[in-house]
This record gives sequence, C-alpha cells and structure tokens, in this order.
Amino acid sequence: MRFGEEHQELRTAVRSLLAKYEGAAAWGPLTRQIGVAGLAVPEEYGGAGCGPVEVHVVMEELGRTLAPVPYLGSAVLATQALLAAGDTGLLPALAEGRTTGALAWAENGSWRPEAVRARAVRGADGWRITGVKDHVLDGAGDGADVLLVAARTEAGLALFHVPSGADGVSREAHTTMDLTRPQATVRFDGAEARAVAVDGDRVLAHVRDLACTALAAEQVGAAERCLELTIAHVQDRVQFGRPIGSFQAVKHRLADAFVRVESARSAALGASWAAASGSPDLSRYAAVAKSACSEAFSAVAGDMIQLHGGIGITWEHDAHRYFKRAHGSSQLFGSPAGHRDRIAEAVVGPRAAGATSLA
Amino acid sequence: MSSTEKFRSEFRTWLRSGLTGEFAALKGRGGPGREHEAFAERLAWERHMAAAGWTCVGWPQEYGGRGATLEEQVAFHEEYALADAPARVGHIGEQLLGPTLIAFGTDAQRARFLPGIRSVDELWCQGYSEPDAGSDLANVRTRAERDADGWSVTGQKIWTSLAHESQWCFLVARTGRGTRRHEGLSYLLVPMDQPGVEVRPIAQLTGTSEFNEVFFDGARTGAENVVGVPGDGWKVAMATLGFERGVSTLGQQVGFRRELEALIALARRNGAADDPLVRDRLARAWTGLEIIRFNALRMLDGAAAGAPGPEASISKIYWATWHRELGELAMDVCGAGGMLADGAPYDLDDWQRLFLFSRADTIYAGSNEIQRNIIAERVLGLPKEARA
Repeated sequence: MRFGEEHQELRTAVRSLLAKYEGAAAWGPLTRQIGVAGLAVPEEYGGAGCGPVEVHVVMEELGRTLAPVPYLGSAVLATQALLAAGDTGLLPALAEGRTTGALAWAENGSWRPEAVRARAVRGADGWRITGVKDHVLDGAGDGADVLLVAARTEAGLALFHVPSGADGVSREAHTTMDLTRPQATVRFDGAEARAVAVDGDRVLAHVRDLACTALAAEQVGAAERCLELTIAHVQDRVQFGRPIGSFQAVKHRLADAFVRVESARSAALGASWAAASGSPDLSRYAAVAKSACSEAFSAVAGDMIQLHGGIGITWEHDAHRYFKRAHGSSQLFGSPAGHRDRIAEAVVGPRAAGATSLA
Repeated sequence: MSSTEKFRSEFRTWLRSGLTGEFAALKGRGGPGREHEAFAERLAWERHMAAAGWTCVGWPQEYGGRGATLEEQVAFHEEYALADAPARVGHIGEQLLGPTLIAFGTDAQRARFLPGIRSVDELWCQGYSEPDAGSDLANVRTRAERDADGWSVTGQKIWTSLAHESQWCFLVARTGRGTRRHEGLSYLLVPMDQPGVEVRPIAQLTGTSEFNEVFFDGARTGAENVVGVPGDGWKVAMATLGFERGVSTLGQQVGFRRELEALIALARRNGAADDPLVRDRLARAWTGLEIIRFNALRMLDGAAAGAPGPEASISKIYWATWHRELGELAMDVCGAGGMLADGAPYDLDDWQRLFLFSRADTIYAGSNEIQRNIIAERVLGLPKEARA
C-alpha cells in the first residue's frame, strides 16, 4: 500500500493545476491536460486504463482544495456505473470530459439499493420511468448531460439511461450547506429511458463500494489540509508570549488529530488497494473506510475551527468550508453509523427482529 | 509459492505438530495479566522451539537466527497467534537485547550472550524504569562505579517484567559524576543471581504479579559487560526502545482479532448483540481492528522501502487505545455478571483481565501522553515543551 513514482507525478500534476485554476474553472484543464475523467476507463473506450489507486490520488488532491468539479459525480459514479453495467457507448465522451454524467440513485435520503422506489415500465415504445431522486450530484439543469437512473422493474432493480432533454424530466437545483458540492432533485414522470443493466443490485452495490472508497480518499486529503493549516496557525499565533502550539493542551489535540488523519488514511488506502486488486472483501473495507474517514474528517475540521479561535467561526476564513464539506461528505452515500450497521450485519449477525436498518 | 508463503507454511506445519502431546495444554496460556501461568511449561515449550530453530528467526544467520525478512517475521507472529500458541517467555532477550547487541555489542559480548538467548537458557529483564524515571528516562539515579574488578551497581528499578524469572538484566545506570540528563549514562549487563540483587513482586490490579521492583545494592558485574561506550548508554537504550516498537507489534493484531471474535460470540450468546449501541460498538471495534492491520501493512511497506512513514508513530497510541476500549466494551457485553470474581481468592475471567490489564497498554512503552508529545514535536514540528 505505497504509491509509486507515477502516482507522485499524477499528484504533483493535479496539485499544480488546482493551484493555478480556482473553483470550477479547474475542470477543463484537469480533463484536457491530465485526462482525470478517463483515468479509470479502459484505453479501448478512450481512457487511460488506470484504476482505483489513481482515483485515490486525484480524490485526495480534490479534497485538499475542496475543488467544486464534477469528478466524483461524473468520473466515479456515472462512469463506473456504465463500466459495471458493461454499457460502453457513452464512455468515450465521459472519459474525455466532453460530457458529464450523473447517477440518479438515492431516494428519501438513502443510498441503499433496497430503498429504490422509482419504477420503470416497458411500453410499446420502450421504457418509461416514474419517480423522484434525491442528492443527485451535479444533476441540475445546466449540469450533467448523461443521466443514469436506478429504477425498479417487475424483474428487480435495473439501471437506465435517460436521454438528455427527454420529456417528463424536471431538475431542481438545491442550495447546499457545502456550497462546493452541488446537488439536485430530479423528478421523472413517465420519462423515456433505455435499459443499460438489468442486474441493478450488483451494479449499485459495486458503485457504492467504489464511491465510498473514492470519497474516503477525498476526506483524507481534506482532513490532512485542515491539519496542515492548523499546525501553521498555532505556530504563528502568539498568546501569553508564546506560540499557542507550544502548549500541551494544543499539541496533544493536534497529535490526536494526526492519529485520526493517518489511521483514516490507512483505512482509505486499504479500500483503494482492495478495489484495485478486485478483493472479495471490498464491501467491508469500503464501509470501514467511509465510516472511519467521515468521522476523522469531521473531528479534524472541528478541531480546526476550535484552534483557530474567533477567526475560525467567520465566513472570511476557509475553516467553515472544510467543516461544511466534512458534514456533507459524512452523510453522502450513508452515514458512519449506517456503514457500521452494514459491518455489524456481516460480522455480528442479523439484527434482532423488529429493528430497522440504518444504512 | 513466494518465499514468505514457504516460510509461513513451514512454520505452520511445525507448530501444528509441535503443539501436541505435553504441549497441547499450553494453548492460549500466559500473556499480559497472566504471565504467571504455566511458566515452567512455557519455558520448556520455548526451548523445544529453540531446538527446532524457531527462536530469534529475525536475527542474521551468523548469530544463530534465520535471517527472516520483515514479511517473514510478520508471518511468524501471525502463525504463532493463529495457532493459539502460549505467550513467549524469552521475548525480552530475543527482541530487545539481541538486536541491541547485534548493533552495538562487541564480538565477545555477542559470543557470550546471543547463544543463551537463542536457546532460551538465559532469560533477560529490562532495567530502565525507576520510581523517578519512567517516561523521563534521563532522570535515572541508579549508579554504577568502575573499580579494579568491574562495576558496582546501586539503585532501584521498577516495573521490571519477569525479573523474578530472569538470569540477567540489561539496565541503564549513571556512571559519570556531575553529569545531568542523558549524559553520563551507561548500558550494563548485570547477573541477577547474586547477593546484591533483590527482587520484590508488585501485586497488580488483576491480583497477579508480572512486574517487580528490583533493588541493586553493590551488585557486581564484569568490566566487559558494558554495551557501547561508557557514558554513551543513552544512545544504546534509545535503540532498544526502537526495537521494542518494531516488528513484534505487527503480528499482534491476530491476537486482537481472536479476542474480538470471542467477544462477538459472547454477545451473540448472551443477547447483548441485539442492543443497537453494543452492535455499533462491536462494528466500531471491527473497524479499528482493520485499521490496525492496514497501519501494520503500511508500516511494513514503508520499512521495505527503507523509510518508515508517519504510520509508525501512530501505531502504539492507536492499538493501545483500541485495546483499552475493547476491554470496556467487554465489560458492557458481560453486563452485571462482570462484577463478580467468583472463586478463591480472586478469580477473574479473561474478560475481566482484559478490562483491567488493558489499562496498562496506554501506559507502558511510552504512555499515550508521551506518544502525543513525540508526534507533536518530532512529526508535526511543534515547539518543544519547556523542560528542566
């Protein structure tokens, strides 16, 4: 679980582009100059043929700057869903970054495949979808061109492609607490659709594992940046004639934060390497990584505010941006407790009768 | 098959055939909080291992080891734990003094002491801590005077594991007059079986004694028994502490996994597993254990690449805290029954011992507070605490 030279080069390239282009303006250069959107796409579909470890590197870097680019929604969720489905026609455009994709998946605040209620019905002219999807990353009107939708058929869960501009689709952009990760609610009212996978349970379970793994890497990158900024601050900020970083109460808090960040990094690396090697234990490792990295990032972002003192609770300082991202990514794809519930199901055994599932 | 897998399979086969007959009853015996258990039998078992060449496997071959790679050593510890083999009795000599002598000792010292460690004929204890010098090792007051016949040692050591079973002690003593802190310390090898040495057991919260106080009153050792340059023992002592945090901790997560699996089985049997809060804590413990394993794998990859990363400095604080929390969780799983120590005179079960003895994990080998200072100052580069 160690990065090679080519990973360091990728990291350096992504970092320097993110330093040069602020905000959403980074997406064009990231896709054109480095080809991030197609990193984990096989070469035959226009990608670079890399995998989860390279995605890990990119996500860590995006997390450090909270870059508001559609990498997670398009290059991870939509692209990996198509790959898992074996539906490759849309991949070249996505890999190139010419189009962006969105996966309309969650319903009623849950990413569990069992929670999907949207229905797909086959008529004389093909499939029609009806239902409401929440928390669609980059799913608003001016966002994703390629809309993938998980919906239930009589045969079970399936994945569909809804063509751009189809009738019966309405997209509502939300104002998100974390302003750097846009979300939308997408409503389908008999919208025309094309089936891309009939074994939707398998596809969604795999995409969830990859999504949690990628998000864990982003959380590690962001938490690491919080720690760096806070360490710099406590060395500069003088109180009682000494830098506050010389007080044990501060040092021990930062040492604990470091333990959180590095242990979270171990968890995230474990999941990324398991994904790269096709480990049968990926689901468990992804749940471990998502729950541990969510809690670590939340705690370290909270420490960042506390140790910055008054400036930490202003809009002017970046601390609140990390704190809000920590909250958002903690809930995205299921809460830490929800993922531990999945782990408990696997290692402790079935829940007592009458209890409900969290994840 | 890779060389590690070959090594693993060879050791597994040997353990399987070795832990039978008279040794079968030793499975799971000994360990933290239970070092008193079946000591003589565990010593016999370890000599049986030595005869087959399964002690000191990480030492270079020229000193009687197998020259096992880091990966092979991890495999060794994993297989040992998986076989439920008894806790080791010679680990202090094998893992702490042996590597120290290999790095800093003279040829004569290596020739004199390494074979006895390897064959488990001589057991060692570590004389670092003193009543006023635990984490602050530089505050050592035990003195050693050089005279015509060798060294004369006077002072008191504390928390000395297995001192009552050991033939020898490696210790740090102050040998320079008028010097302070870590200057003027020497690293000495002192025989325990002599009139100038008295060992008094310390009864621990579990009711058992594996630590001792050791009193030296003009105890003698030969002039040749100083390791490294006299007065420069700090460097040698620090190196030993480095070995302590090395590879032996990499295999321990296998033992932790067995504890957690047993606790989950208990929670299923007694219904505690139906409590959503207990379920969440069991899953959290499982998550932490995976992280201990991933930390170890990162450490291993880092060591193989020649540069241990930050994961090495978080390992102790992470596993020690995890293990302490496992003890607390165990008591909640046991419920009211955990209050009772039935049987005379004070018969604790495994869960009660885990709960009580794991309090030591966050204290010994550098307390959590010391670990935090190390991380803050050496890894994060924060300003040093004012120290006398």
